Amino acid sequence: MYRYDEFDAHFVSARVDQFRDQVQRRLAGDLTEEQFKPLRLMNGVYLQLHAYMLRIAIPYGTLNAVQMRRLAHVARTYDRGYGHFTTRQNIQFNWPRLKDIPEILSQLAEVEMHAIQTSGNCIRNVTADHFSGAAADEILDPRPYAEILRQWSSLHPEFSYLPRKFKIAVTGAPHDRAAVQVHDIGLQAVRDADGNVGFRVFVGGGLGRTPMVGRLVREFLPEADLLAYSEAILRVYNRYGRRDNKYKARIKILVHETGLEELKADIEAEFAEIRDGVLKLPASEIERITTYFDPPAFVAADGDEAVLEAAIAADPQLEAFAARNVHPHRAPGYASLTISLKPIGKAPGDATAEQMEVVADLAERYGHDEIRVSHEQNLVLPHVRRRDIPAIHAALVEAGLGEANAGLVTDIIACPGLDYCALATARSIPVAQRISERFGSPERQREIGDLKIKISGCINACGHHHVGHIGILGVEKKGEEYYQITLGGSADENTSVGEIIGRGFSYDEVVDAIEKVVDTYVGLRETPQEDFLAAYRRVGDQPFKEALYGTA
Amino acid sequence: MKALTANRLIDGEVVWLGRSGQWVETLASAWLLETPEAVAEAEAAGAEAEASRLIVEPYLIDLTREEGEIRPVRFREKIRARGPTVRPDLGKQARREVSAA
Ligand code: HEM
Ligand code: SF4
Repeated sequence: MYRYDEFDAHFVSARVDQFRDQVQRRLAGDLTEEQFKPLRLMNGVYLQLHAYMLRIAIPYGTLNAVQMRRLAHVARTYDRGYGHFTTRQNIQFNWPRLKDIPEILSQLAEVEMHAIQTSGNCIRNVTADHFSGAAADEILDPRPYAEILRQWSSLHPEFSYLPRKFKIAVTGAPHDRAAVQVHDIGLQAVRDADGNVGFRVFVGGGLGRTPMVGRLVREFLPEADLLAYSEAILRVYNRYGRRDNKYKARIKILVHETGLEELKADIEAEFAEIRDGVLKLPASEIERITTYFDPPAFVAADGDEAVLEAAIAADPQLEAFAARNVHPHRAPGYASLTISLKPIGKAPGDATAEQMEVVADLAERYGHDEIRVSHEQNLVLPHVRRRDIPAIHAALVEAGLGEANAGLVTDIIACPGLDYCALATARSIPVAQRISERFGSPERQREIGDLKIKISGCINACGHHHVGHIGILGVEKKGEEYYQITLGGSADENTSVGEIIGRGFSYDEVVDAIEKVVDTYVGLRETPQEDFLAAYRRVGDQPFKEALYGTA
Repeated sequence: MKALTANRLIDGEVVWLGRSGQWVETLASAWLLETPEAVAEAEAAGAEAEASRLIVEPYLIDLTREEGEIRPVRFREKIRARGPTVRPDLGKQARREVSAA
C-alpha cells in the first residue's frame, strides 16, 4: 500500500492546521458564511438536511486495518456510530459538529487520510477497480497510476478552480468494474503487442442531468505520457469549458458542443507541446510507486481447497456466499471476498463502527491488511486464502455482514436521498430497503441472477441510476415523491445509458412496478444465463411497457 | 402560517426561530408567523442571528395545522423536523420531548 512520504505528511497536516484556523475564524466572526463555504467545501464539509456532512477520501478505494479502525473511532466518538460508503469510494459521516471537524481531520491525518478535494470544482478522488492487484483477469494493477494521478492532481494550482468538478477512474482489467466510461476521464490499462503498458483514454463521460458515455480519444497512450496527456485534457477543458452555466460546465458538454474531432485535435496540440517536458514519467518513478503496491507473499498450499470444499458441503449458507461473494484471484489458492453492505432491508453502504472493526480485524488476520471500498458500496477483502473463507464467513455472519448477495437484485446502489441530502427531491434509501425486502429470499434472488438496481434521489444521479440495469430516479411531483424507472443502463465495458420506460410511480407503487419488471424479465429470458441486460437488449422495452402500463 | 428555520453554525443542528427570539431545537416551540409583519420581524431576526454567527442559511417554511398539530407543508421540512425516516433512532424524533412533527 502507498505510504505517505514526508511531503505528503507535511502537506496534509498543514492543511488540517489551516482548516482549524479557518473554523476558528468563522466561529469568531472573522469569516462570513459566504467566505467560509468554499473553504469548508475544499475540506469535504457540506451542510446537509440535519447536520454537517464530512466526506473523507479513500484514494482508489484502498485502506488498511488501522485506517478502518480510525474511521470506526470517528463514527463512534464524533458521529452517530456509523458511516456511509459511497459510489465514489469515499466515506461520509452524516452528523459531525463543525467545531469537531478539525479534530477529526487531525486524527485522520495521523493515519494518512484526509478530505481534500472531495468536493468543489477540482480533480476529485481518483477511483479504481476494487479488485485491483488481485483479479484473475487483470492486465496490470491500476493503483500505481491512480496514485501518480493523485499526487499530480493534489492541490494542482492550475486545476483548483475548474469550470466544474472533475472525476477520473482507472481500471486495469478488460472487464470494467470501475465504470470508467461515465467519468470525465476514464483510463483502461492495456498492453500493446510488444508488452508495453499504456492506456485507452475515454473523455467526457458523466451522469447527472445530462448523462453521457465517454468517448475514446486515444487507443494507446504510453504510460510515460499519462500525466502530460491528462494535463493536456485538463488544460483544454479549463480553457474552453463553460463557466456561464453550471449545468453545462462539465467536460462532457464541451465534448458534445465542440465535437470529438476538434477537441481531440486541441488536446493533441497541447499534448505535443508538453509531452517531453517535466511531466514525462521516468520508468524509475513508475517503478518506485509500483513497489508500494507489490503484492503480498502468497502462501497457498495443497489441501487448502479440500478444507473449503468440506466446509461448503456442510453449510448451505457458506455455499451461497462462496457462489456469489467470492471472486477469482490471480494467485492460486486465493480469492477476493465481497463483504456486502446490503443486508436485507438495511440502508445500502452503511456500516456501524463495530462492523468496521470486524472488517479491520479480518483484514489483519486473514487479508494481508488490505480492504477496498467498491463503487457498488460494498467492502472487499482483496487477498484472502481460500482455506480461510469459512472462518471469515462465520465472523461476517456474526457481525451481520454475511449476506450472499453480491451482484444480485438486493445488491442495490442508493444515494442518501431525501433522508439526508439537501438537494434531494425524493427518498432513495427506503425504496432500496423495500425492494431488498421484497426480493430478499435467497432462492428468489438466486433465481433472478445478476441484476443491478441503482437509485438516485434527484437528477444529480449520485446513485448512478442512469447506468443501472434498472434505474430509479426520485423526483418531486406536486409535493409528492415520484419515481421514474429507466431500463437498460450499464456501466461496464459496454456502457449504456438507460431509457425511461414511461410515466413514474408513487412511493407506494414503485416496488410493485420493479417487481413487474423483474418478473417480466424472468418470464422472457431464453435461458437462466441470459441476464437482464442481454434480455432487454434483445427484446427492447415493449414487453416491459406492457407489463407496467398494459399498453403495447 | 410560516416559521423561520436554519441550521446552527457551530454544530449544524436544525433550529427554528422561537417565540421569544431564541433559536429552538423543536418545531413545536417555533414562533408561528401568521402576519406579514411577523414574517418581516422574523426575517430581520434571522439576518441578525446570521450576522452574529448563531445560524446559517435562514429561510421561511410553510406550515399547516393537521389533527391539531403544527406540521410543515413540504415533506423535506417534515424530515428536517423529525430526522431520517429510515432511522427513527436518530435526529429529533429520537428525543422524548418531540412529538410527531
Ligand atoms: C450528500 C451530499 C451530496 C451532494 C450535495 C452531492 C451533489 C452532487 C451534485 C450536485 C452532482 C452533479 C454534478 C454535476 O453534474 O455537475 C453529483 C454527482 C454525483 N455524485 Fe453526488 N452528492 C452528494 C452525495 C453523494 C454520494 C453519497 C455519492 C455516492 C453514493 C455521490 C456520488 C456522485 C456521483 C457518482 C455523481 C455523478 C457523477 C457525474 O455526474 O459524472 N454523491 N453529486
Ligand atoms: S442524487 Fe441528489 S439526492 Fe442523491 S445524494 Fe446526489 S444530490 Fe443528493
